[in-house]
Amino acid sequence: MEKTWNNKAWFLVLPVLLLVAFSAVIPLMTVVNYSVQDTFGNNQFFWAGTDWFDDILHSDRFWQALQRNLLFSFIILALEIPLGIFIALNMPRKGIGVSVCLVLMALPLLIPWNVVGTIWQVFGRVDIGLLGRTLAILGVDYNYVRDPIDAWITVIVMDVWHWTSLVVLLCYAGLVSIPDAYYQAAKIDGASRFSVFRYIQLPKMKRVLLIAVLLRFMDSFMIYTEPFVVTGGGPGNSTTFLSIDLVKMAVGQFDLGPAAAMSIVYFLIILLLSWVFYTVMTSRDAEN
Amino acid sequence: MNFSWMAWTLPTALFFLTILLLLVGMSIWEYFAPGGAPRVGLLRFETTRGDRLFISLLGAAFIHLAWLGLVGPNLWWALALSILYAVIVFRTV
Repeated sequence: MEKTWNNKAWFLVLPVLLLVAFSAVIPLMTVVNYSVQDTFGNNQFFWAGTDWFDDILHSDRFWQALQRNLLFSFIILALEIPLGIFIALNMPRKGIGVSVCLVLMALPLLIPWNVVGTIWQVFGRVDIGLLGRTLAILGVDYNYVRDPIDAWITVIVMDVWHWTSLVVLLCYAGLVSIPDAYYQAAKIDGASRFSVFRYIQLPKMKRVLLIAVLLRFMDSFMIYTEPFVVTGGGPGNSTTFLSIDLVKMAVGQFDLGPAAAMSIVYFLIILLLSWVFYTVMTSRDAEN
Repeated sequence: MNFSWMAWTLPTALFFLTILLLLVGMSIWEYFAPGGAPRVGLLRFETTRGDRLFISLLGAAFIHLAWLGLVGPNLWWALALSILYAVIVFRTV
C-alpha cells in the first residue's frame, strides 16, 4: 500500500512548539546573551566576551561544587536503583496488599520538595527532632548543622526516602507486565531465583530502568530545594551543589553574567551525561 | 514588543541564526533524502544524521570550553577544530 504523506499534521505540533519556545528556548537564548555581558541593573549591558566563562572554568568554587554534585548523583543512583528493584521484587502482585503498597509508595512523591526539606530539617535536629534526639540519647554524635559528613548523610537519606518510591513504582510496572508463561517456563527448567531475576525480570525491566536512571540522575544533579532547606549548603560549603551555588551567585550576589555562564556549562554537562546514559542503555538494548 | 530585556548582541544573534540555519538545512536535507540515513559507525551504535549533528554541536561546545580553559580566549582555532570534528563525525560516526 502506498504511504500517504500529509504534512498538514505538523500544524498540530505548533502549540507545543510555541509552548517550548516560551518556556525553554527564549529563556535559554536570554541566558546565552547574559553570559557574554555584564549588567548593573536598569537594563544596561556591557560586552564582556568570554570573560565569565574563563572565570568559571578557572574557579575552584565551581569545580568543587561540580565534584560534590557528581558524587551526590553517583551515591543516589547506587542506592536508589538497587533498593528500588529490591522493594519492587518483594511487593505483592495480588490481593489488598497491592493497593496498600502502591499508596504507601506514592505518598513521599506527593510531598512538595520544600516540605520534605522542612520535615527532615526538624526530624534531624538534635534538640527537638525525633531522629536527632534519639541518636543523641543513644550516644551517637550526630549533628548535621556542625558536621559535614552528618549533613551529607542527612541529605542522602532524605533523597532516598523521597525518591526511591519512583524507582519502585517504575520497576513494579515493568515486573507486572511480564506474562506468567515466562515464569512457568523458568519453573519447568528448574531455574533458580537469581536466574529468574537475571534472565527474565531484569531484561524485562530494562526500559523502565532506563527511565528511572535518567530521571534520578537528572533530578539528583539538579537538586536544590531539599538540601537548601535542610543545610543551606553548609556546614561551610560541604553541601553546596551547583544549583545552590548558582542561585547564590545570581540572586544573592546579583552576578548575572557569571551565573549565566555557569548555567550554560552546567546545562552542557547535564546534556552530555544524559546523552551518554541514554545512548549506552538504548544501544545495549538494541544489541540484545 | 520590546525585547531589550533579552540583551541581544550581534555575536549571540549570529550564533543563534547559525543554529537555526543548520536546523533548516537539515530539514531540507531530510526532505530530499528522507529516513535520516541511519548507520552504525565508529561509536558502534546506530546514528541518524540528526544524531550526528547533535554530537557535533555538543562536541563543539566542549571543544570551545576546553580551549578557553586550557589555551586562552582566542577561540578561532577552537572553531576550526570544531568544524574539523563535525566533518569527522559526519563521515565516520
